[in-house]
Amino acid sequence: MNRIVEARFIGPEIKLFKIEAPKIAEKRKAGQFIIIRVHEGGERIPLTIADSDTSNGTITIIVQGVGKTTKHLNMLNAGDFVQDVVGPLGRPSHIENFGTAVSIGGGVGTAIAYPTAKALKEAGNYVISIIGGRSKEYVILEDEMRKVSDEVYPTTDDGSYGYHGFVTGKLQELIDSGRKIDFILAIGPIPMMAAVANLTKPYGIKTVVSLNPIMVDGTGMCGGCRAVVNDKTVFVCVDGPEFDAHQVNFDILTKRNKMYLVQEKHSLENFMCHYDNLFFSALNEVKEKV
Amino acid sequence: MAELSPKDRLKIPRQHIPEQDPEIRKHNFNEVNLGYTPEMAMLEAQRCIMCKKPLCIAGCPVAVKIPDFIKMIAEGKFREAAAILKEDNALPAVCGRVCPQEEQCEKVCVVGKKGQPVAIGHLERFAADWERQNIGIQIPPMKEKSGKKVAIVGGGPAGLSCAGDLIQMGHDVTVFEALHDIGGVLIYGIPEFRLPKSIVKAEVEGLENSGVKFVKNYIIGLTETIDELLERFDAVFIGVGAGLPYFLGIPGEHLNGVYSANEFLTRVNLMKAYNFPEYDTPMFDVKDKNVVVFGGGNTAMDAVRTALRLGAKRGIIAYRRTEAEMPARIEEIQHAKEEGVEFMLLVAPIELIGDEEGWLKAVKLQKMQLGEPDSSGRRRPVPIDGAIEILPVEVAVVAIGNGSNPIIRQTTPDLKVNKWGNIIVDMDTMKTSKRGVFAGGDIVTGGATVILAMGAGRKAAKAIDQYLRDPDSWDRPKTEQVEVAQESK
Repeated sequence: MNRIVEARFIGPEIKLFKIEAPKIAEKRKAGQFIIIRVHEGGERIPLTIADSDTSNGTITIIVQGVGKTTKHLNMLNAGDFVQDVVGPLGRPSHIENFGTAVSIGGGVGTAIAYPTAKALKEAGNYVISIIGGRSKEYVILEDEMRKVSDEVYPTTDDGSYGYHGFVTGKLQELIDSGRKIDFILAIGPIPMMAAVANLTKPYGIKTVVSLNPIMVDGTGMCGGCRAVVNDKTVFVCVDGPEFDAHQVNFDILTKRNKMYLVQEKHSLENFMCHYDNLFFSALNEVKEKV
Repeated sequence: MAELSPKDRLKIPRQHIPEQDPEIRKHNFNEVNLGYTPEMAMLEAQRCIMCKKPLCIAGCPVAVKIPDFIKMIAEGKFREAAAILKEDNALPAVCGRVCPQEEQCEKVCVVGKKGQPVAIGHLERFAADWERQNIGIQIPPMKEKSGKKVAIVGGGPAGLSCAGDLIQMGHDVTVFEALHDIGGVLIYGIPEFRLPKSIVKAEVEGLENSGVKFVKNYIIGLTETIDELLERFDAVFIGVGAGLPYFLGIPGEHLNGVYSANEFLTRVNLMKAYNFPEYDTPMFDVKDKNVVVFGGGNTAMDAVRTALRLGAKRGIIAYRRTEAEMPARIEEIQHAKEEGVEFMLLVAPIELIGDEEGWLKAVKLQKMQLGEPDSSGRRRPVPIDGAIEILPVEVAVVAIGNGSNPIIRQTTPDLKVNKWGNIIVDMDTMKTSKRGVFAGGDIVTGGATVILAMGAGRKAAKAIDQYLRDPDSWDRPKTEQVEVAQESK
């Protein structure tokens, strides 16, 4: 059991948690993740470690409530416990002084890009960050990104904040303006990562993405997270999660991530229904008392 | 009780263990074998002729004093029988269920030379179950505390058996487990109907009551390295299992509906996906679907029988050799057949065919015939030119074995491994190339059985005990060490 010491929403359905896990806080490096199980009977899901604080032994994770498990997690608050936290998993990001590095975060992907952007900055890179969202409230961690970047460009699909358009639009603009870019890290929804990969390939810019397949154990034992990179099967949990974007087969990744769509929908409906019932029975109790 | 003559004993027929009816059990996850009644156990125990030089003990990887515990059962002294078992076996209720006795103790049983061997496995199971159900798992006698600390990496059969011995030898033992439950393959791999999880849990609790400490959700290599462990422990035993499933390397392996046996079984056993959505972990709904399992081992049988219990229309084993070459236990093959599993022999999958959305629809099978024997002594399957069959399936489970997990070797550069990534050890002592570090089980041998891993854990425990009491022994030549070990006996 791990205690949540801080929990706050930083965007719509996007919540930041600081969780006690001293050993992981001490060991983790940029790019690594944890597997979390919210409650007994819960599923094991991977979440990237956004940050850590060794002084109080906590790790930071940022969660977007999409399915049952993430929505359940987002209902928890400071003082609550999660059943299991294990990590740090995966290989750390490869960090070196490339020169100019662009870190791109799409939606909650910014939380995953942040620790690596920070490490790139510490390694001496000139860091440009592009952080995108559907609209202004979906652009997260802007202050944190500004602290570790030399330039930050928020983008929104609807133009409600920053650059009007996708992150790829802003990236194209930078390339067109003649900026020399030596390294790109792109993390976000699969279509975004695929679009960045397509964009940078003709320019030959080294581009890395972090993959987010379905996992169970996270230690290489089940093979459920397998993806195709450079026409070879890889296990994302032990061989990744970061790979050369130009070699990733995004089509297979997209299809595999849809494996449990039906069950996930069913599980979420069941869960929300259960919570509605709890809410209404509590409401009725109150009414009766009144 | 009147003393029976060996002749009288040989007249008693082997007692068949009661089983759930196949027609009923194929729809539930309850245990298939039901276990002996005390009367049956006592009768079966009387079949043992108490050989002066028992071969069965040598046939057991952990050297259980078989005639001694059987004698106790014959006399109705079940408590004593269980105590004798536990002197050599940390997990008797588990081993009584999953050991391949027909290849070990029962294979060499003298009674079996002319008729059927004594049902040693069933008797072991009976004694362990009787203790657990009637008086609770008893704590074995302990040696005086040594003040030495041992870290065990991996809470599977090898680690648990090593822990069980070391705690009895007086050492302080901590087991580190990556998953959220203890037991390794006993909980994620072997299904409920063959080994109820409550039994694993009880045997682990027995070890806990003996003083073994368990740390879950802790990955050695990542959460803490072997080198860091050596700073706070006097010795380390690595028993992390194989744990990196092989795939076939054929087109279509990434289609939805294709699982490794590890993933398929882990979802069902450890994560209880058969209880979805009560439990959160989903799995492909195999109800009324066609499921094929590639492989012929116990894991393949476990997967296909699980599929049938989940409601599959057809559960098919596709194996590239014949039944005679199948590595699975005869009992498992028999049980699978009784439950309606179909066996397609002499076929090898060459392509998995999917639809545009990426869902598995069929498998292309190459028909084979047996050729010359290969290095394993089994006749090598060779393709029959042009003999191809298309089998419509929605789920395919790959159960062709495991490679070695990379986490320990990647984070412990001075630990010597072979070209397959298995840790190299001295097979007599299970010592690795790294001082104070021992290893055993599947991470050393590649995929094998629960009991062989337990045997390795025991062997290592003995060597660890010697090393802890005399650390200089590490560098001494092997012959001297053996002498010392014998003297200390």
